[in-house]
This record gives sequence, C-alpha cells and structure tokens, in this order.
Amino acid sequence: MELSKIRNFSIIAHIDHGKSTLSDRILELTGAVDAREMREQYLDSMDLERERGITIKAQNVRVDWKGHVMHLIDTPGHVDFGYEVSRSLAACEGVVLVVDAAQGIEAQTLANCYLALENNLEIVAVLNKIDLPAADPDRYAMEIETVLGIPAEEILRISAKTGDGVPELLDAIIARIPAPTGDPNAPLQALIFDSQYDQYRGVVSSVRVMQGRMKSGIRVQFMQARNIHESLEIGVRRPVPTPVAELGPGEVGYLIAGIKDVAQARSGETVTTALLPATEALSGYRDPKPMVFCGLYPIDGDDFENLRESLEKLRLNDASVTYEPESSGALGFGFRCGFLGLLHMEIVKERLEREFDLSLIATAPSVAYKILRTDGGVEIVDNPADLPLPQNIASIEEPYFKVNIITPKDFTGTLMDLCQSKRGEMLKLEYLSPERVELHYAIPLGEVVIDFFDQMKSRTQGYASLDYELDGYRPSDLVRVDLLLNGLPADAFSTIVHRDKAFDYGRRMCAKLKLLIPRQMFDVPIQAAIGSKVLARETVKAKRKDVLAKCYGGDITRKRKLLEKQKEGKKKMKAIGRVEVPGDVFISALKLDD
Amino acid sequence: MPTQKDFDQFGVYIHIPFCHHRCDYCSFATWTDRHHVIDHYMRALDTDIKRNVAAGMPAVNTVFIGGGTPTLVRPESLMACLAQLPLVAGAEVTVECNPDDVTDAMMATYSDGGVNRISMGVQSMTAHVLASLGRTHNLANVQSAVESVRGSGIPALNLDLIYGAVGETLDDWRYTVQQAIELSPTHVSAYGLTVEPGTPLAREPHRHPDDDDQADKYIIVDDILRSAGLANYEISNWARPGYECRHNLLYWRQGNYTGFGCAAHSHADGRRWWNVRTPERYIEAVDTNSPTEASGETLDAVTQKREALELSLRTSDGVPVGALDLKALEGLAEVVGERIVLTQRGRLLGNEVSLRLY
Repeated sequence: MELSKIRNFSIIAHIDHGKSTLSDRILELTGAVDAREMREQYLDSMDLERERGITIKAQNVRVDWKGHVMHLIDTPGHVDFGYEVSRSLAACEGVVLVVDAAQGIEAQTLANCYLALENNLEIVAVLNKIDLPAADPDRYAMEIETVLGIPAEEILRISAKTGDGVPELLDAIIARIPAPTGDPNAPLQALIFDSQYDQYRGVVSSVRVMQGRMKSGIRVQFMQARNIHESLEIGVRRPVPTPVAELGPGEVGYLIAGIKDVAQARSGETVTTALLPATEALSGYRDPKPMVFCGLYPIDGDDFENLRESLEKLRLNDASVTYEPESSGALGFGFRCGFLGLLHMEIVKERLEREFDLSLIATAPSVAYKILRTDGGVEIVDNPADLPLPQNIASIEEPYFKVNIITPKDFTGTLMDLCQSKRGEMLKLEYLSPERVELHYAIPLGEVVIDFFDQMKSRTQGYASLDYELDGYRPSDLVRVDLLLNGLPADAFSTIVHRDKAFDYGRRMCAKLKLLIPRQMFDVPIQAAIGSKVLARETVKAKRKDVLAKCYGGDITRKRKLLEKQKEGKKKMKAIGRVEVPGDVFISALKLDD
Repeated sequence: MPTQKDFDQFGVYIHIPFCHHRCDYCSFATWTDRHHVIDHYMRALDTDIKRNVAAGMPAVNTVFIGGGTPTLVRPESLMACLAQLPLVAGAEVTVECNPDDVTDAMMATYSDGGVNRISMGVQSMTAHVLASLGRTHNLANVQSAVESVRGSGIPALNLDLIYGAVGETLDDWRYTVQQAIELSPTHVSAYGLTVEPGTPLAREPHRHPDDDDQADKYIIVDDILRSAGLANYEISNWARPGYECRHNLLYWRQGNYTGFGCAAHSHADGRRWWNVRTPERYIEAVDTNSPTEASGETLDAVTQKREALELSLRTSDGVPVGALDLKALEGLAEVVGERIVLTQRGRLLGNEVSLRLY
C-alpha cells in the first residue's frame, strides 16, 4: 500500500469527554459500520467496559476516507493503564485530542498529550460537545493554546453526538497528520500494541508494521519473548476481521500466530521474520510492573485449583496481572496478585467472578515495601502478613508517586489539604491559565491507592483530574495494623500504615467493617490493633430476626426462590472463623465514604 | 393437632380480589376500582368451579375463601360458589372477613352455607397504629363483628394481627394482643409487617419495620398467647388445641390444592401454577373456556424434598432428626421426639436455619 495514503491516529480524551461517541461516529461516517449494526460504544467489546464507560483493552479499526486508509487506534482510558497507552501511541503518527468544550483539558489527557509530543506525534485538537448549552469553546481553545501551544484557530469544534464537524475532522487528519514512513524492503519490525486471547483462535495481537512486510504463512520471531511462531493469519479490522496476504510499512492490523498466552505477545513486543530477523527490537518495551497487591482467595476452599486455572486463563488475556500462591491463617489457600492499580484490581476480580464463575474474597490492598533488616538484608514485602518481627527491622521504605493534579483554582485549597492528609509533599504549583492550576506532589503510593482518586473527585465535584508516575522509595515510620474478627486475628486484613495515622485508620476501618459485615447469629467484635495494643473496637450486634411472616399457598414458590437466592448469597461469603464476611468487603470499605 | 395424614387431604382456595380500600403495605392481587365486575367475576368463579368438579375434582377437606375482601361480595353469591364444591363431612370452611362489613345476617348466611371458621382482619387494637398501617376500620366494629360470629354459631374464630408499624410501641403491641385475648379467639395469626416491593410502604424507608423491634414483639405475642392457652404451631400462627387451621397445615405439608379466581395458586403433586393476575383476564379466560393458568413450575424430586423440609420446619411438626446439624444451630432448634423443632429464637431466625437444611 502506498505510504502517502495511510494515516494512523489515536484518540486521546478524558473519561466522558466523548472518545467512544466520536469513534462510533467515525465508524458510521466512513461506512465501516452501517446504521443498522451500530450500537453505542462499538469498540468497547467487554460488558465491563460498557458498564463502566471506560476502555480497558485497546482496539483498532481500519476505515476508508476520501481515497485514504485510516487506522483508528482506541486506547485504554484510565491512569492504571499508562504503559498500554504509550504503546498504542507508538503505533501512530498523530493523535486527535478530544476536549470537552464545557470542561476543558484534564490532567491525564495532558499527560498523554505530553507523551504524544515526546513521541513527535502531530496533535489535532478538537473541542467536543459544542452542542451543549454549557459549552465555552473560546475559553477552552485559549487554554489549549496556553498549555500545549496549539494555535486556538486551528482547534476544530465538533459534536460527536450529532456528527457536526466530524467530516471536517477526518479531512484535517489527512491534511495534518503525516503519513507513516518505513522501508518495505528492510527486515520486518512490527510493533505489538495489544494482545487479546480468543478461546478459538488463541492470541490475536494488534500490530503496526514499522519496517518490512509481514506475510501470512511465514515463521515470525517475537524478539522480547524470544519465541518463534508461524503467522497463521494476518488481517485488518474493518471492524470485521478480514484476512490479508501481507501488511506493509505503516499498516495496522492483527496477527494470529497460534500463541496460547498473551504473556508471549505483550504490548511493546517486536515481531520480525525468523528467516531474516531485524538486528534490534523496537524501543520502549517494558515488563508490566504491578503497583498494588492483594490476596485473592476462593470463598469455597475447594475452588483453589479452579482459581489457579482461572488466573492462568485470565493471564492469557491480561499479561499485567501477576500471581503466586500464598496461604493465610484466616482465609486458607489463595494467590497473592499484583495489579497496575486499584481499578485494575477491581476489574480482575470482577472478571474472574463473571467469566469463571468463582466467588472470591479480596484482602486489603497493599503496595510493595522495602524492608531493611537489622542483619543488613533487604526484602520487598507486598503482603503485610509477611512483615518481619519488629526487632528484625532496621527501617521500612515505601514507594512514592509523583502526582500531578489539574484543577479549577477554587479547589486548590481543598486539594492541598487532601494531599497533606495523605502525607504528600508539595513540589510545585503552577497556573495553566488564570482559572486552572496544576499541583505537583510527591505522595506515598500506599496513600494514593487507598481512596485518593475518589476523594479528589468528591472534593472537586469531579473537576480535578490526576496523573501519576513512580518516584522511588523513601524511608517512613510505618507500622502494621491488624484486624481481629470475633477475637481472632484475620491476618489477610492487616495493613501497613504510617504510625501517625494508625489510630485513625483503625477506627475508620472498624466503623466501615461494622457496616459491611452482615449481622450474624452472635455478636461479632471487630478490633484494630498494633501488636497487642487495641486501637479501636466496634461490634456487629447479633441478628435476631430474618424469618418471613407469611407462607401460604401463594407464597410457597416465591419463598423457596428467596431461600435459594439467600443460599447463593451465602456462597459469596467467606467464613473467617465463625464469621461470614462478604468477598468484596475490603474493596467496598475503600469506597465507603466516612 | 391433626397428623401427617393430612398429606392426603385436598384443599380449595377461592380468591376475591376486591377491596374498599388498599392498605399501603399490601401486595396482594386486589383492586378497589373494579366493583363493577364483581357480579361477572362471581359467575366466572361459579363456572370455573363447576367445570373442575365435572372434570373429577377430588372430595374437598378444606376451603379457604380469602382476598381481597370476601365480605365485599354478596354472601349469597359466595355461598352459591361454595355449594358447588364436593365437601367431605366435617370439612373446614374459612372466610376472611373485614370487621366493618360483618353483620348478623351475613354470618347467619355463612353459617347456613357451611362456613365454620371466620378469619377476622383486626391488625391492631390501637387507633394510631391502625392509622399508620393505612387501615380505616373502626375498633368498636371488631367487638360487634365478633359477637355476630358467635351469635351465628360459627365455632372457630381467627384474629389476624400485624406488628411493627412505625410508631407502635412495645406497650401498644402488648395492649393489642391482650385485647385480642379478651375476644376469646380459637386462633391468632400475628404477622411482622413486611415491606413488599412496589407497595407505597416500600417507598417510605422511615416507616420500614426494625428487625430487633419485631423480634421483641414476637416474643411478647408468643409469651402472652401461650399463657392464654394458644400454642404456637407455625411461625406466625397460634391455636387452642384442635383449632389449628387445617387448610394452612395442608399448605405446609405440601398437600394438593386448587385455587379459583385471579392470581390464585394451585398445587398438585409437585407441580405449582398460578392464575392470570387481573379479574378481567380471569373472567375472559373462563368465558372463552381457555386456561386460567398464567404460569407454573414443576419441581424436580430434590427440590420437592427440600421444599417439603423448608415448609415443615416452619411448623411444630419440625423436620426429621438428621435433616439439620443441631450442633451448629446453638439453641435455634431442639429435638422433640423423632423430630427437630425450632425454638422461639429459632422461629425468629427461620431463614438462617432453613439455609442449613441438608
């Protein structure tokens, strides 16, 4: 294919700024999907994605517009998936920056724009939702000019909802985003920017050919995984997968190579030919690095092997999850799992339960601490239960995040309070415009993963946005707070917190658990303690009545079904000692407002 | 108390879906604006019953005419339906009555028609609780209604009571139960107010009953009734010996019964089904001689067995030793003879125990 007729771009947008709607409109306008087959959020294929309104897996689609071939690469929309975004961007020559004309640019969008600029990508900026009464495109065009240096008059104004301005946007993409370059006769270098597991076809990878040609039926080498496979099928998504004989430089499509595990075809992987391999892999590859850890335990201990198999299968589709077996006095046998962030953790738990029909309990999430032992040894501990005895610890270091928050200036004070309460250290405060401020903080990761994001949203009515990156380890005065249920320590629920916050944490956790643990047939004391020192105590009073008053001829069927449902509900409860605890108690506790 | 042989008995339920006024906690199939179809509905009932008898309905041991408000219908047409049924000698025949509607003449007609048990919807004896339940009946009417029942010679009388309305104190409830005893009923049903989805009550959380309060009230009613000589024989039912409601026992013993009228449920040997919900659709079905059934289910052997245990556990029949692990139940159930029976505390936590049935 003629390089000059190809355009590869990605859409960068904040959640709810209209990325999925714009993708839908582009599919419609270019005739890729006819109106009859159209459904909302066409490219978000997982139920979870539609329900949550976010993209978790990247997608790509080829459309035709005025004699050109365009590849739209849809990227994940959450801060947990920053690396995946960076690989998707590496497959593009430009991005379409979508900004809500009533809200302005958000931190994560900005971070992705900087990422695009660093990669020398052309940015086509659009203000979306101009049909909204609250839209103020002039103001936000100025803001984009100030922040990103894109001249205000170049910024397009569209409504993805009505389709207004979208054809002009497609024209602008052709006019402004450069065509890809690449030598069709050089050794093959193709970038994998996403892989998904299909139970019938194995791993289906999204690829962008950088140099050379990728052909079907040849032996290909995966340079990072150091494996050789046969390219069984290559093709393009229009969006219906359509096999092709070869993909040349600049082209985006998919590759099926009989791989059974997405870990063998990770985002950032370089594919070359086995016969005449490229001398080096494309740059930018990174092993996935889990940030948040928790234990996942089957509610029914007999499901341990099922959980293992399910994790294996899930990992075929999500190579960023890590897991290894662990055991807990309170919960039995389970797995210590690592996730990219809290949202990722929630999604993985939910997928395991939905797709593999498991009932799981998640322990309190933790980050990875660096323990400096008195004997000079160093160990990384991501499970608070594994913390060495106090006498063996010289010091503990915790991971820090560099956090950037963009907010309307009126919320600066409340956000500074929040950051302070999370032990944050201010690095910089700058005005992006007279109205908007960017705050830079260093904050312990352990504080960020707990409820920072939700708190920030609630304190700013959703107007502030956040981006973060890892910023090394620092020593801190940390202690382990244990939780006791019915007098027995529930090791899996221990958490490492700063000493100054231990009392407050213990008190709040007891209060939340009191709300989340259903009443049992006996009183259940909940205690938080450091060692033998009790910090807080609450009691879940014994349940006294649950019976249904009436059960006559017309009630029998309904009553039986209710009992069946309650029985199912019980299967989602984990018995810790004699106490039945809901499987999502800790995820819920983190979300519960004080 | 009747024994297990009631499993062989056959019951008939007749549903009268009309009310003067809808109580705001009620989720039954009843209507306050369909009085114009009453006559047509009663003719449909009559036809439906005749057809079933002609098709070989078994001899009937128990009849329950409920609603809605059966006393809203002319007693003669109610008795005409009843007369179609092949009753065995000594059959139990109950009619649910609204105290406001009851007259000497009505009770005399019932008695002549073979009714031998009245179930009276009293709910509470305190005016403010009645008001909070959305009930409008007059307390003085309860007294005179009971006298009418007695005067007619109908021997068995149940009083329905409800506890847990907002604003009802423990003393209010104690007073209600004591006043009920004063009326010398042979049977009392006391129900914890239940929030049913879709009712006006469901939309007002501040009026929802509190489980702990209802537990206290359950203990009050159980203690008072027991010392007055009414034994508890099902979670919400108490009776003088020999006056247990045989029709309801038939339900709890998984007996067979046929329901007539809209929304009425039926059961025959593991198949359960229910009729179309509105009176108009019921009338239309009967008039066109098409099935009145809206839907149904057939229980497999395992489910049928579990359902039998769940139902029986609610009663003083209990379940066979071996159906429950007593050790794990910590005083919620006890062994009586060959059976495991719920204790007072266990009756309050009946669901919790049910979930542990093998």
